Amino acid sequence: MASEPDFDVIVIGAGVAGCVTAYRLAEMGCSVALIERGEAPGSKNLSGGVLYCRAMTGVFPRFLDDAPIERRIDRNKIYFMNEDSWVGMDYADQRLYDAGTAVTVLRAHLDAWLADQAEAAGVALMCGVKVDALLVEDAQVVGVRAGEDELRCRVVVAADGVNSFIARDAGLRPKPALSQQAVGIKALIGMDSSTIEERFGVAADHGVAYALVGDCSQGVGGGGFLYTNKQSLSVGLVLRLDDLVASGMRSVDIFDHMMAHPLVDSLVRGGDLIEYGCHLVNEGGHAMMGQIVHNGLVLVGDAAGLTLNTGLTVRGMDLATGSGIAAAEGISQALAADDVTATGLAAYQKALDASFVGQDMRTYAKAPRFLENGRLYTAYGPLLADVMRSVFALDTTPRRRLLPTARAALKASDVRVTQVIADAWEGVRAL
Amino acid sequence: MRLPPVAERLAGNRFHLDEDASHIHVNQQVAAATGTAARIIAVCPAQVYSWAADGTVQVEYAACLECGTCFAVAAPGALSWAYPAGGFGVQFRDG
Repeated sequence: MASEPDFDVIVIGAGVAGCVTAYRLAEMGCSVALIERGEAPGSKNLSGGVLYCRAMTGVFPRFLDDAPIERRIDRNKIYFMNEDSWVGMDYADQRLYDAGTAVTVLRAHLDAWLADQAEAAGVALMCGVKVDALLVEDAQVVGVRAGEDELRCRVVVAADGVNSFIARDAGLRPKPALSQQAVGIKALIGMDSSTIEERFGVAADHGVAYALVGDCSQGVGGGGFLYTNKQSLSVGLVLRLDDLVASGMRSVDIFDHMMAHPLVDSLVRGGDLIEYGCHLVNEGGHAMMGQIVHNGLVLVGDAAGLTLNTGLTVRGMDLATGSGIAAAEGISQALAADDVTATGLAAYQKALDASFVGQDMRTYAKAPRFLENGRLYTAYGPLLADVMRSVFALDTTPRRRLLPTARAALKASDVRVTQVIADAWEGVRAL
Repeated sequence: MRLPPVAERLAGNRFHLDEDASHIHVNQQVAAATGTAARIIAVCPAQVYSWAADGTVQVEYAACLECGTCFAVAAPGALSWAYPAGGFGVQFRDG
């Protein structure tokens, strides 16, 4: 006879998904252990930094008032960058601020707060403990092993992040393809708040998010970002691994090239490097979710492949939140029904599919393929700049109307009209 | 902005080094034969990997930021890479 479980549920990883899952389960009366390998929650975690927080405010109604958020993002800028030119779009909207749609966060602070909420709800938090393996008996996960210690439970939640080693090492999850992963590199640049507010044209507590595409990634699929925090800037670059490897370039060289680009330089100049980090990013979208429910085990957040890059928005933490909510719901149903096999835990999959997470993952299922189009990173930036140049670089030669101007720029570039139309069509269908 | 060399950037990070054990091991023969050596040297943002004078891969595991990119691009059998023991490794102050 199997020994009595120590907890109803053990959650591996005190990131966004793990903390939300643990908090919700504890609120529902389950006994929960939350195991974190870092010295403190968040110490291993790194995000670009924009959290779309409506799901989070559903879990914590006072999130915007109490959590350690940096700034509310109510301005989004998108730039096509070339070596010595750039074309951008600026979208500012007070409504985004009022609705509390998106905030910048720094994970060491955010995750510590989330874990505090979980602890206050009764979760047993264990830091500095690395789970080495799952305990499996008769094809059913019944606990975890950390060093020489074994902890038993009825359900394990793998919230162990993008590398998803817990499930992978147990043979429950394949290694993703290179095209389904990217590396993100980030520098946190310190800057006083008054300089940030002056330089970026934002009021106190308001913030701006830049999405950068083109020269910043040197032709490698991916793109750059720059987010304003209270007293720092999160400046980063995401590079898709298949392209990066094929290019033979060093990731650091591409990152340094972006940091020195005149557009980026004009924004970060005068700041001081506070912290340098990197993190793997899921880029496969819906196709890489795979099987997220097993006997006695569910996967949430990054570990379940839940990331969405739509080109304009890059999402992970909101999906992690949503998966935590769905997992808690599914697990509590499975526990109540006394069926913690994959059949019982399918309640999680069902809740996830019905939530905004499942819906958005399906809606954007074609986005990864669209974003694999190399012309996005090489050809369209120069093309846009050439059109703008034809409009603005008045030199006493007679002007032409916009349409013939665009046609001439297109003719001079490597891109064919049919490709532009095909790409635009695919973009419309994917995004 | 020109950032200082990577080693200097990392000097500003907080690490709790496991002096007893490296969490990274390269199988030099497989790494060389599969091209993994050149790949992991190129992709690592912390520049944990570099060429040694004898053409093998040198590993500075203390600098690892634990992203897993090297492991993602490595051929099977070329690299053994796991997270450091609990409480060890990089400890982001901001993240």
